[in-house]
Amino acid sequence: MTTDTLSLTFSALADPTRRAILARLAQGAATVKELSAPFAMSGPAVSKHLRVLERAGLIARGREAQWRPCRLEAAPLEEVAEWAEHYRRFWDASYERLDDYVRQLQKENDDDDRP
Amino acid sequence: MTTAHRIGATDFATPSDTEIEATRVVDAPRELVFDCWTKAEHVTKWMLGPEGWTMPVCEIDLRPGGSWHFKWSRADGCEMEMQGTYEEISPPERLVSTERWDGDWPETVNTVVFTELDGQTLVTSTMRYPSKEARDAALGTGMKDGMDMSFARLDAYLA
Repeated sequence: MTTDTLSLTFSALADPTRRAILARLAQGAATVKELSAPFAMSGPAVSKHLRVLERAGLIARGREAQWRPCRLEAAPLEEVAEWAEHYRRFWDASYERLDDYVRQLQKENDDDDRP
Repeated sequence: MTTAHRIGATDFATPSDTEIEATRVVDAPRELVFDCWTKAEHVTKWMLGPEGWTMPVCEIDLRPGGSWHFKWSRADGCEMEMQGTYEEISPPERLVSTERWDGDWPETVNTVVFTELDGQTLVTSTMRYPSKEARDAALGTGMKDGMDMSFARLDAYLA
């Protein structure tokens, strides 16, 4: 995944309203009107959030009907989870290498100290 | 700290709403481990992640306010880059620096504490995000409750 895709996903997820919208869509597709209901927010305000989510590829909007139901796209979220996995793998692998490296450094030191 | 740490295992945790923490015991005195984190000649030998990456750029200006810049690359041309500023340098105990990637990633404040354990060193590395939302977004956990999707790998991460 490129950093750009991930940062787009990331900034889309940084807003609590947008996360709540995604949580709602995880239960099934919904229209803008349905998505607006739980929030004290106008349709246009919700639409603005939906545009951010759509640009980040987190949701898709149907073209087939006037009310354009929204549905969740799982792939970018999986990529975020992958980032966490990546962080873990990065440090695990690096620390393993550090174990070998400090062993080698200390061995070289011991050898140097020998008369 | 009550957790028993084993050599050869990295423990990951979320000690507060805004942090991610990794702990590891390294079998070396902490002066040496501190150097491994702060001298380019050492950093480029191990802080490389999974097999296949090298670190062609490793610039370290080790003083408060000094900057650091790491860039990794792989044979297929893939590159990763991050940079930041050193805020506190207390050898061989503590290192505080900011870290940022390209794009809209929030800047984190990373604190690395080196604790002497009878010739070995406990390294506690904590990334602090500007908010719980930012931390959760990084972990994908903000979504977890309301979502009918598998975050098994993430659960493993937080375990």
